[in-house]
Amino acid sequence: MAMTLAEKIFKTHLKDEPFPGTKVLNIDVVLCHEITTPIAINDLVARGKDRVFDTNRIKVVIDHVSPAKDSQTALQGKILRDWVRRHKIKDFFDIGQNGVCHSIFPEKGFIRPGNTVIMGDSHTCTHGAFGAFAAGVGTTDLEVGILKGVCSFRDPETIRVNLNGRLPEGVYSKDLILKVIKTLTVKGATDCVIEFHGDVVKGLSMESRMTLCNMAVEAGGTSGVCMPDEVTLDYLWPFISGDYKDKKAALEEFKKWWSDEGCKYAKVVDIDVSDMEPQVTFGYKPDQVKNVTEMAGTLVDQIYIGSCTNGRMEDLKIAASYVKGKKIAPLVRAIVSPATTEIFRQAEANGIIKIFLDAGFCVTNPTCGACLGMSNGVLAEGEVCASTTNRNFNGRMGKGGMVHLMSPAVAAVTAIEGKIADPRKFRKEAI
Amino acid sequence: MKKFGGKVLFLDRADINTDEIIPAKYLTVNTKEELKPHMLEDLKIDGFAPRDPAVLASKVIVSRANFGCGSSREHAPWVFEVNDINVVIATSFARIFRQNMFNCGMLAIEMPEAAINELFEHKGAEAAIAIDFDTDKLTISSGKGSKTLSYQLMEFDKALVKAGGWVEFADAKY
Repeated sequence: MAMTLAEKIFKTHLKDEPFPGTKVLNIDVVLCHEITTPIAINDLVARGKDRVFDTNRIKVVIDHVSPAKDSQTALQGKILRDWVRRHKIKDFFDIGQNGVCHSIFPEKGFIRPGNTVIMGDSHTCTHGAFGAFAAGVGTTDLEVGILKGVCSFRDPETIRVNLNGRLPEGVYSKDLILKVIKTLTVKGATDCVIEFHGDVVKGLSMESRMTLCNMAVEAGGTSGVCMPDEVTLDYLWPFISGDYKDKKAALEEFKKWWSDEGCKYAKVVDIDVSDMEPQVTFGYKPDQVKNVTEMAGTLVDQIYIGSCTNGRMEDLKIAASYVKGKKIAPLVRAIVSPATTEIFRQAEANGIIKIFLDAGFCVTNPTCGACLGMSNGVLAEGEVCASTTNRNFNGRMGKGGMVHLMSPAVAAVTAIEGKIADPRKFRKEAI
Repeated sequence: MKKFGGKVLFLDRADINTDEIIPAKYLTVNTKEELKPHMLEDLKIDGFAPRDPAVLASKVIVSRANFGCGSSREHAPWVFEVNDINVVIATSFARIFRQNMFNCGMLAIEMPEAAINELFEHKGAEAAIAIDFDTDKLTISSGKGSKTLSYQLMEFDKALVKAGGWVEFADAKY
């Protein structure tokens, strides 16, 4: 029978079907951070079940508030560090070597095609970019994942999104996903996996694919997914070259996960991107999206470039290409937060950090901080932020603040203008 | 099993997200009890005041589509739990929130829009909902009368509620 990628992963990872419509899956990778994991750890300790199912399949990072901003966040870090030491979990990334979870875990090569991945974080769907089934879960699911290596899901349906045409200048993967969310609405993909197909997706880098899959949850999706191909292979090769005879053999293996021709989709959406404009959100829901030309001129107080959506090397390069040699507008402040320590190091080495500093940006260490109004760039009541993050919910970056979601390109030129601007009207400099 | 039913809090808006239910700045707590004073603190609906005594006396929430969208934070069900609200009834739920509710042994009941509209007719009339868990029925009573409606739960979700949550269920079985 023709199957979708998600159906294949469910079949190969099936542990139990306790009731019709519910599958309990074996989980390949359980990811943890310091916000949602400590309460799971405390509960396991209280139950006398302070065990982990497999120390090698649990990966841990401190990222949300890093470094700790107060005693409470310091305690969350301590609970996580003590647990890591107690169970000898080797893949742990503390400040100085850390990064935003959905950037650092792929960077380390932990996610492979066909994997099942869970984390107590809704943007876990990012890892579907590698052809994995990756789902955000709550603390109880995380706790059972840590203890037993299993998680329950309803049988997933799949929505196929075909992105065809030629990506215009100034339009990037963030614009694509905002357009997709606008099309599907914030609940259009609930209980569904979103598969991204089409010539445009084939031509995207892994970083761009991660941006695409990252926001699947903003349409309600369980996981975003791209078919693992040569681009996936090139990204993963340094980590997997020992496991395969050659690249061809690895690619053949990857292709086994591809959705079969004739498989059943809940819905198919076709989007031609050729005439697309850069996209920007208005309002408090991520499906409230307009063309940049309709939003241009909106005054902002802060520009933020970073997060698990758009804090990767490619994003910093794109933003820097618009910023190079220019200054940010008077009366605005701009923050750039490289998503991982490695990205920070590379951006330092290739001069990108200097471009931002020269333009008047504040460069911060890797952290989720400002994206969810925790630290490192919280808004005051009535302030407006042009942001490359993923949620424009009321109060998300600070009580009473307004967030406009956009690509790094739009954010960069907005910083220069002091109001939302159209990157297509700016010259890009070589980086 | 938890106790289900009681006074109703009507939240007449779709897409209520988990940031509105419990803002991220409170995710630094290490116990559920610390969340208690911050329930629905950032929710903007005309006439809604999170610290209103009627809100605090509620045991059941009735709302619209896509309830609990956004962040995976289980702090959202927890802040309801520590405020003694163990039931949310809505037109639809975001997946992670719905799963978190059942994982905690709480009820996330999905009903068609017409049924939800019927429940909303009791708004402003001191409504209370009684849940008959065994027969999958709920009865709403208020100054405007009384009505019994059927609902459906997945067998697995029902089993989680009976077991007291996913940790108990999984620990006994796997």
